[in-house]
Amino acid sequence: MAGHSEKVDSATLWGGGGSPFRLSYGKQWMWFFLVSDALTFGGLLCTYGYFRHQYGDWPIGEEVFNAMPFLGNGFPLLYVALMTFILIVSSVTMVLAVEAGHRLDKKAVIKWLTLTVIGGAFFVGSQAWEWYHFIHGSHYGVILTPELMNDGWATIREVVGGGFSLDYGHGQMITDPALVSQYMAEPLGAIQGANMIENEYAPMIPQFGNLFFFITGFHGFHVLSGVVINLIILINVKKGVYDERGHFEMVEKVGLYWHFVDLVWVFVFTFFYLV
Amino acid sequence: MLRDDLDLDKEYALSANHDEEHGKVLRKKIWKVTIILTAITIVEVITGGSIKQFYEGVPNDSWWIIKWGFIFLTLVKAGYIVLSFMHLGDERKNFRYMVLGPYILFIVYLIFHLFTEATYWGEIIHQ
Repeated sequence: MAGHSEKVDSATLWGGGGSPFRLSYGKQWMWFFLVSDALTFGGLLCTYGYFRHQYGDWPIGEEVFNAMPFLGNGFPLLYVALMTFILIVSSVTMVLAVEAGHRLDKKAVIKWLTLTVIGGAFFVGSQAWEWYHFIHGSHYGVILTPELMNDGWATIREVVGGGFSLDYGHGQMITDPALVSQYMAEPLGAIQGANMIENEYAPMIPQFGNLFFFITGFHGFHVLSGVVINLIILINVKKGVYDERGHFEMVEKVGLYWHFVDLVWVFVFTFFYLV
Repeated sequence: MLRDDLDLDKEYALSANHDEEHGKVLRKKIWKVTIILTAITIVEVITGGSIKQFYEGVPNDSWWIIKWGFIFLTLVKAGYIVLSFMHLGDERKNFRYMVLGPYILFIVYLIFHLFTEATYWGEIIHQ
């Protein structure tokens, strides 16, 4: 009897002939991978939320991230908005590449995939700049003063026409030159920039720097791998690998990964920069 | 090698290749979603840059409306990316629910537990 199996009635039972989800296994497993990756990012962002809820007080995105390359400070959220826009546009060019693949239009696939790679590379470069700026901090850093506002921590700012003022955040300033120079002469503590131990953006919350490095770093690593994977697929398209196969499903699979990277950034953007 | 998904069954919604006419319809939809996503991002940045959480040290009492607005817009954007760009909306219903259902359930569970714990722990520390 070994080796015998009952014949399955294909009208009522699934006989193993096709996928119950009507998906190719490659795409299905890409989705499974993305769900597990989404759980990792979900866990990280929930940890971020945990510390925000624990501390109650948290640095404000538009006060921390207000610099533009070559232009200096005073542009709240503009650069990160540009980064977000570029990532969304690169997601659009990717979905256009997938659409062109379904029409077996190789030239259009190459065009859109190339633009996707360029957009992704620009995003990675922007994130490197953001990190550089975040690590180096503001021009003069922060000092600890015997004031009650912001637990005494103030950012030193240059005043137009000479001298300094102390910015305690949330729109609170000390501008009296005598008091400012007294505090600056004998600071109770000083921090400039950010590392894993302390940061000037939230001197009382070391986790702010840790979470920024870990979450944007993990996302940036995803973008970097995405750019590399897209580049490999682009080379394959150019070499004609998918013409032989008769379909461009590989473009669709890497497209899923690329859209996922954009999806994660939408959440990082909201919770790190906006709210 | 015979691929069951491509060679045996030509009815897979997305694996099947389509013609130019169908492509035109799809491209129109892609550009529509692009405009929606861009508009949402612009609205978010303008709101985030112009409405402050604090005015000279005094908390803005209606900030919670803005905050929930941001979270709502984020979920709208995520929905468009997942359902339209990743084509999950065009997949079979059972697959869609299998991907989204357990994930959403688990994340809501995690948020509830972590935030409840964090708020409680924060109250003890601040006392």
